[in-house]
Amino acid sequence: MNLCEEIRLVSGVNPLKCMKCGKCSASCPSYNEMDIKPHQFVSYVQAGDIEALMASKSIEKCLGCFACIERCPRGVEPGKLLDAARQVLIRQRGVSMLTPDEIPELLDEETPQQLLMAAFRKYRR
Amino acid sequence: MSVKSEDFRPVIVAFCCNWCSYAGADLAGSSRLAYPADVKIIRVPCSCRVNPMFILRAFEKGADGVILCGCHPGDCHYSTGNYYARRRMTMLFSMLDFIGVENGRTRVEWVSAAEGVKFSETMNSFVAKIRSLGPNVRLGDLRCKN
Amino acid sequence: MQRIGVFVCHCGSNIAATVDVEKVAQMALQEQGVVHAEDYPYMCSEAGQSRIAAAIKEKGLTGIVVCSCSPRMHEATFRKCAENAGINPYMVEIANIREHCSWIHKDMTEATEKAVILMRAAVAKVHLNAPLQAGESTVTKRALVIGGGIAGIQTAIDIADAGYKVDIVEKTPSIGGRMSQLDKTFPTLDCSACILTPKMVEAASHENITIHTYSEVEKVAGFVGNFTVDIRKKARYVDIMKCTGCGVCQEKCPSKKTPNEFNRGLNLRSAIYTPFAQAIPNVPVIDTEACIKFKTGKCGVCQKVCQAGAIDYTQQDEIITEKYGAIVVATGFDTIKLDKYGEYAYGQSKDVITSLELERVMNAAGPTKGHLERLSDGRHPKEIVFIQCVGSRCSDDRGKPYCSKICCMYTAKHAMLIRDKYPDVNVTVFYIDVRTPGKNFDEFYRRAVEEYGVNYIKGQVGKVLPQADGSLLVQGVDLLDQKQIVKKADMVVLATAIEPNPDVRKIATMLTASIDTNNFLTEAHPKLRPVESPTAGVFLSGVCQGPKDIPETVAQAGAAAVKVIGLLAKDKLKTNPCTAQADELMCNGCSQCANVCPYGAISYETKLINDHGIREDRRVAVVNSALCQGCGACTVTCPSGAMDLKGFSNRQILAEVDAICR
Repeated sequence: MNLCEEIRLVSGVNPLKCMKCGKCSASCPSYNEMDIKPHQFVSYVQAGDIEALMASKSIEKCLGCFACIERCPRGVEPGKLLDAARQVLIRQRGVSMLTPDEIPELLDEETPQQLLMAAFRKYRR
Repeated sequence: MSVKSEDFRPVIVAFCCNWCSYAGADLAGSSRLAYPADVKIIRVPCSCRVNPMFILRAFEKGADGVILCGCHPGDCHYSTGNYYARRRMTMLFSMLDFIGVENGRTRVEWVSAAEGVKFSETMNSFVAKIRSLGPNVRLGDLRCKN
Repeated sequence: MQRIGVFVCHCGSNIAATVDVEKVAQMALQEQGVVHAEDYPYMCSEAGQSRIAAAIKEKGLTGIVVCSCSPRMHEATFRKCAENAGINPYMVEIANIREHCSWIHKDMTEATEKAVILMRAAVAKVHLNAPLQAGESTVTKRALVIGGGIAGIQTAIDIADAGYKVDIVEKTPSIGGRMSQLDKTFPTLDCSACILTPKMVEAASHENITIHTYSEVEKVAGFVGNFTVDIRKKARYVDIMKCTGCGVCQEKCPSKKTPNEFNRGLNLRSAIYTPFAQAIPNVPVIDTEACIKFKTGKCGVCQKVCQAGAIDYTQQDEIITEKYGAIVVATGFDTIKLDKYGEYAYGQSKDVITSLELERVMNAAGPTKGHLERLSDGRHPKEIVFIQCVGSRCSDDRGKPYCSKICCMYTAKHAMLIRDKYPDVNVTVFYIDVRTPGKNFDEFYRRAVEEYGVNYIKGQVGKVLPQADGSLLVQGVDLLDQKQIVKKADMVVLATAIEPNPDVRKIATMLTASIDTNNFLTEAHPKLRPVESPTAGVFLSGVCQGPKDIPETVAQAGAAAVKVIGLLAKDKLKTNPCTAQADELMCNGCSQCANVCPYGAISYETKLINDHGIREDRRVAVVNSALCQGCGACTVTCPSGAMDLKGFSNRQILAEVDAICR
């Protein structure tokens, strides 16, 4: 199984359903931080350009807030693609980027709760 | 007797109401929505035309599954036909189950004339179910066997 | 013994590409009773039909099997062909080897095998076919149109002009429908009321048209040519004959707190009201839920001020029963509810409105007297954002999977009208695609951009946030510029998806007309019979069949009228000869068949029966073939097996089952 198929399988997303409306990017709170924008996740997977997606900053910048997943009118749910890419990446590296023990010392009062939830979701595997 | 599911080509009879599911099957055809060739359709004017006798005969003559498709409840072309069909089939299927023709081999599905996709999906899942159940041996008429 | 001919159609390559048609013909010759079999590229062509006719004459065929497309396509063609060649049309059976075989299978061996089986089933059935004679039924030369919008009005006028009586049944107090709520129409910017009102007046004054407003269809019985319909005429509490339409009652009515439906609830109306100034009939109705007299028994102001003495609090709903030959459904549409779209803040801010609400805001008779102002504080907006595809093209359960078709054009219209009237207002449109297929449509949209400076942005809006200062923060994306846009706006207009009128499901059930998953009525054939329902005698006009703009609606309304006229012009209709028949020798008179018959077609007679030499009086079932529609419910119910259905007899269907399971 190549990377592209793996991402599709892990995410359960069919990128062909995307109609390029851009509502995911319109909803994304970290749009400006990302080099590959949410609506582009889909085109990268469609084009099979997974390496670029996995090397992108977006992997770390996605808050996992689910806005793109909630609002996507076609059920493409681009956030899941990124999540899958992240998982594949972590598996390749063989290590998690963070262990739960390290989290408390990184916390500060300004950290939104959502971010913490997303972090747990991202790094638990 | 065990037949491998990939070699097994079931015989499946589909009774389709002329006003809805037969047209739904036509739509599945014109939309090129494939389903296995094992399904053979018999056109009836209404799902209530299907006599339990027809279904028993199908199993007797070697059918592995029988599906009855009619209009959605409330949408019957003849107002009430599908309600009769639903009641009759509920009775028949439980009786068939009792004598060993499992419930998976019989099905009632409501498919409208606009639901080509549903028709195709229904047939695909029904055929897959029958393939998993294997050949029907319970009601086959021994005199029909070689 | 039948002499059967089998004709296998190639349908060009439609069948021949996946089914070995020659083999099907060869295999047919091995079937019992088949004396002739051939294949031909286009069996339905004149040449193909003459081959069938020739074979009937030369080989003395008594039964025909055509292996071709669906019987819903060409059964009538081949029956006529057989009839012309001298055999009964009901001796023809179709094996559907196109829609049910060649089009859905790829493997030639498999498809050919299936085609042979379908052919065998048809041959087995034909063996048991008997000649049938179609009966005749009369046609009531009167049509019913359900819905009094532009579709219903146009259909009614066209039918009435041809000399037939038409009744329009409209649920609301006035005809006019959605079009009467619109301010201007694209792409010509005609004033909607100016072009609609003359049509409404024409319908109202036409000698062949009767209008029942504030009325609903309650029950439908019968069949094509002979429908019997119960219509509930809801009590108006105003005598339609006496009322002069002076409007004093509405002015004086002390209860003025009900949201005005006509203005989409944007302002209030009195309890006694006419929906709009040009209403036809110009006779108010009393809303009993708002009326103080009906709620408390005290008031009666309207009755006191009415000089014509038209107010009658004792009026009751009235049910009238009429007979019709044809029924046209023209129930129209409404916009979808937006409660599942929290991100657009509709309902949170008064300044987020739907496009239909904007029509009322822009209209001189609307809540703001036609001035563009914010509904929250009445301020003049400087920045307006339009959001396209709100609920359209949406595959989840929040919206509708289809394109609503009219939104791109009316948004261009709104944007253009606003920029024309108020050049100080900036207009931004967020779109996914701009769809403008139609005469002068794209030119219209380009004018909005090029001449009126409307700012079109390819991208969607993620959310609208109402701010403390009363403005709205719109967060969207520009996909072409690759940047997220956060924009302050004074008003947001949502191009809300349209859906069929919610009442249509109830009406479809009454008419036994088929309906799709989106509640649009299904047409008899998507290309060739677009204005007919599969149920004979029922026709479709306007958006109840699918999203349409006004020109398309009017065109379809005319087409539906032509189909109705074609039906009403006939004095007699041929009835389906495939009706039930009781075998008198087997019938024991138990009445079970009569209990399940939805048409009351079965009655009982005491007859002298000669049962193998025993002559006795017996009570037996008799089917009225004019009433029987051929569903077959009775045939299965009959415990003695006396009841059978001509054309779909027990033996015929069993023969098909046997052939398939062989």
